[in-house]
Amino acid sequence: MAQVSDVADNQYSRTKTLRIARYNPEKDSEKQFMEFSVPVEKWTTVLETILNVKQHQDHSVGVRYSCRQATCGSCGMIINGKPRLACFTKVSELDSDVVTVEPMNNFPIIRDLAVKFERLFDTHHKIKPYLDRDDTELESDAKEFLQSPEELEQYIQFANCIKCGLCNSACPTMATDSSFVGPQALAQAYRYVADSRDKGKDSRLKIIDESHGIWRCHFAGSCSQVCPKGVDPAMGIQLLRGYMLGFKS
Amino acid sequence: MTQDEHKEGFKGMANPSRYGIERVAYWLMRLSGLGLLAYFIGHIYETSNILRGRVGWNEFLELTQTTEGHIVLAIVIAMCVFHTVNGIRVMLGHGGVGVGKPARPDYPYDPASQNYRHKIGIYSAIILAAIAMMYGLAVMFGE
Ligand code: HEM
Ligand code: SF4
Ligand code: FES
Repeated sequence: MAQVSDVADNQYSRTKTLRIARYNPEKDSEKQFMEFSVPVEKWTTVLETILNVKQHQDHSVGVRYSCRQATCGSCGMIINGKPRLACFTKVSELDSDVVTVEPMNNFPIIRDLAVKFERLFDTHHKIKPYLDRDDTELESDAKEFLQSPEELEQYIQFANCIKCGLCNSACPTMATDSSFVGPQALAQAYRYVADSRDKGKDSRLKIIDESHGIWRCHFAGSCSQVCPKGVDPAMGIQLLRGYMLGFKS
Repeated sequence: MTQDEHKEGFKGMANPSRYGIERVAYWLMRLSGLGLLAYFIGHIYETSNILRGRVGWNEFLELTQTTEGHIVLAIVIAMCVFHTVNGIRVMLGHGGVGVGKPARPDYPYDPASQNYRHKIGIYSAIILAAIAMMYGLAVMFGE
């Protein structure tokens, strides 16, 4: 019963202004903002306000989403100036009467809030995001690759990455360098380097030890501040660099 | 046609306002690095005046004895101290020192690499730079 009265007591219910950046690269010369009034409860997410607009006011707003629970990594966008997941950001936590949504920086715009992920997927593939070794667990006489809980702790945090790209959008190097591998892929490089089952360290390290690779990171930490899954790419990158420089084993 | 990559660009790179003190430190580090480089080049030019003999040297040194000269030197002192102290922090960080240990992340996912050790390093660099600058100003204007 307590829960029911909590809902009845909800004093939050209000109307907020949602400003959506509209841009179609095939037709428009620049981004323009459209404003919508949206009803908001204490628990309403930014994604829900966008879907509300699509349902009741303007169906043509371009947005990508899927899981609505911070798992698929589709709904990254700039919300009130910072990269965030729209489904994981409550309007109430923004503490503002106006919510402004824009497409993520450092990703080409498809339309409105939807951006292209090709570069992120390319750099992710480039660092070989899989266990690199000659034998397999599937061979009939091979045993599964055992790992202790301590060994698991070394990389499990980095395995939480959902490829949402928020880190690449916040990174100051990505802002000007079109060839930088980026925090997402570098954190994944560390994820495999730190995995006790992996045997491909040398070839993987060669891939990121190049002029637009790991050395372009300045440890500004913005990637880690926006990551919605606690991956902390900045930590992974510094540990990886420490390993490459011989400071860390 | 190459598609617009929608990069945030120089303005986004140089905007220190959104991502905490770590991004401010990144920005100050670049600025002070470039400032020191400019000073270094100016310094080589300045000291090359010795080739003009005692008079030329003294003439040029007069420049540093003006109010503007004092202020420029005070800024150079601040840049030097910040760049050195923060540079040591950044080099340690780049070597994986003090950036935290990997662990299973828990909500609200505060990143362990953005920890108090590095924040103390950044604030120390800023405070030491301010103290050194004030000391420099006191000496130069106190003459
Ligand atoms: C003890 C003295 C110094 C230390 C410990 C130091 C350390 C560093 C470090 C670690 C970086 C890299 C920062 C990053 O990755 O973001 C850096 C960048 C830089 N430093 Fe220094 N430095 C020192 C003195 C100087 C001097 C005397 C000059 C000028 C002549 C200078 C000019 C620069 C420049 C231009 C950059 C590049 C800035 C950037 O692109 O971010 N540094 N320094
Ligand atoms: S590291 Fe974090 S911010 Fe970057 S893509 Fe993975 S989940 Fe998203
Ligand atoms: S919709 Fe899947 S992460 Fe937001």
